[in-house]
Amino acid sequence: MNYHWNWGIFWEPAPNGTGNYLDMLLSGLVLTIETAVCAWIIALVFGSIVGVLRTLPSKAASRFGFAYVEFFRNMPLLVQLFIWFFVLPEILPSGWGLWLKQIPYAPFYTAAIGIGLFMSARVAEQTRAGINSLPRGQKLAATALGLTTAQAYRYVLLPMAFRIIMPPLTSEFLSTIKNTSVAITIGLIELTGQARAMQEFSFQVFEAFTGATVLYLLINIVVVIAMRFLERSLAVPGYITGK
Amino acid sequence: MFANFDFDVIRRSMGYLFLDGMTFTLTLTGLAAFGGLIFGTLLALMRLSGFKLLGRVAGLYVDLMRSLPLVLVIFWFYFLVPYIGQWLTGSSRPIQVGAFTSSLVTFIMFEAAYFSEIMRAGIQSISKGQPAAAQALGLTYSQTMRYVVLPQAFRNMLPVLLTQTIVLFQDTSLVYVLSIPDFLGSASKVAQRDGRLVEMYLFAAVVYFVISCLASFGVRRLQARIAFVH
Repeated sequence: MNYHWNWGIFWEPAPNGTGNYLDMLLSGLVLTIETAVCAWIIALVFGSIVGVLRTLPSKAASRFGFAYVEFFRNMPLLVQLFIWFFVLPEILPSGWGLWLKQIPYAPFYTAAIGIGLFMSARVAEQTRAGINSLPRGQKLAATALGLTTAQAYRYVLLPMAFRIIMPPLTSEFLSTIKNTSVAITIGLIELTGQARAMQEFSFQVFEAFTGATVLYLLINIVVVIAMRFLERSLAVPGYITGK
Repeated sequence: MFANFDFDVIRRSMGYLFLDGMTFTLTLTGLAAFGGLIFGTLLALMRLSGFKLLGRVAGLYVDLMRSLPLVLVIFWFYFLVPYIGQWLTGSSRPIQVGAFTSSLVTFIMFEAAYFSEIMRAGIQSISKGQPAAAQALGLTYSQTMRYVVLPQAFRNMLPVLLTQTIVLFQDTSLVYVLSIPDFLGSASKVAQRDGRLVEMYLFAAVVYFVISCLASFGVRRLQARIAFVH
C-alpha cells in the first residue's frame, strides 16, 4: 500500500488557526452533541404528543397522528433538511423568508429542528407501542377511580409507558446522534464535517476518518452505559426489562 | 405562495430525473439489498455458529457499523475501495473505481450489519425441534441451514427485511455527499442549473414520499397475508 501514514497529524497545527487537528475534531464532536441534544428534545416533545394522539379514542386525533408519522417517515432525512433549509424561506411571505435567511447559525437551527421532527415520528411510534402494550385494565381502573382522560395519561399510562420504552428510546437517541452527520449537506461542520475538512487540509484521509470513528464509538459507549444505568433504575418490576 | 412556481422545469427534466437518476437509485437499492442480505445472513450464521472467535468477529463488525453514521461510512469506503481493489488485484497503485461500484460496496457492507440482526432474530425464531429433526434425518449443518432453517427464517422476516429495504431506498439519497447523480442528486443538479430549488426539491420529496408510502402499504398487506411459522 503506497499510502503515507502519519498518526502525528492530530498534533500538528490546523490551517484554520484554532489549534491542532485534534482540536478541530473535538470542536466537531461538541457541535454533534449540541445538535443531537437539541434535536432529541424536539423529538421527545413532539413524539410523545403525537404518540398519545394516536392512542386517543378520538378518530380525528388518531388520524392526525397517523398522517404526521407517515409524513415524516416516508421522506429521506436529507430531502427534509433541504426542504427546511432551501424551500421554506422561499415559499413563506417574503418578509418572513428574508428574516429566516438572515438568522445566524441557520444550519444549526435547521439541523436541530429538521432532525428533531424526523426523529419525532419514530419516538411517536415507540410511545404508541408503549401505551398499547399496557394491559387494558390500567386505563379502565384509572377511569373507574374517576380520573379524567388527561389525568389517566398523566398519572397512570405515561409514567408506565415511558419506563417500558426506555431501551428502544436509547437506540432512537443513538440514531439521532448519527443522523446529525446528514446536516453536513446544509453546511453544518459537525464531527464528520470536521473529519472531511481535516482530510482536505492535510491529505491524511484515513487518520482523519479513524479519528472521527473513534470519537463516534466513544459517544456510543458513553450513551449506552449511561442509559443502562437509567434503564436499570427505571425498569418496571415484573416486566422483562425489570428485575 | 405558488405564484412563481414553474412546473415546466419538472416536465423538462423528467427524462433525466427518472431515466438516469431514479434508475441509479433503484438499481443501487436492489443490488445493495441483495448483497446486504447475503453478507448479512453470513454474519448472522457466524454469530450463531458456536465458534467463539468467528462470532466475536461478526459481532464486532455489526456493532461497529451500527454505531457509525452512514455519511461517515460513505466517505470511508469512497477512499478505501481503491486501496481494497489494489490489494485484491495486486496492482501497483490504487485502482480507479466508479461512483456506482463505490457506493454499491458501501451500502452492501453497511446494510449487511442491519440485515444480519434481522436474520439472526429470524433464525432464532425457528423452534429448536426443526434443526434437531433435520439432524435426525441425517442432514449436514449446511443442508440443515440451506433446506430447513434459512427458508423459514427468511419467510418469517420478509416484512421486516422489506421495511429495512425501504429505509435503504431512502438512505441511498445520502450518496449526494459524493456528488453522485442518483435521483436526489440529479434533481439537485437541475435545481442549481436552473435556479429552481423550490420546485425540484418539493418534487423530489413528493416522489420519495409516494414510493415509500406505496411500498410500506404493500409490506403491510404482505404482513397480513403471510402466517408466521415457528
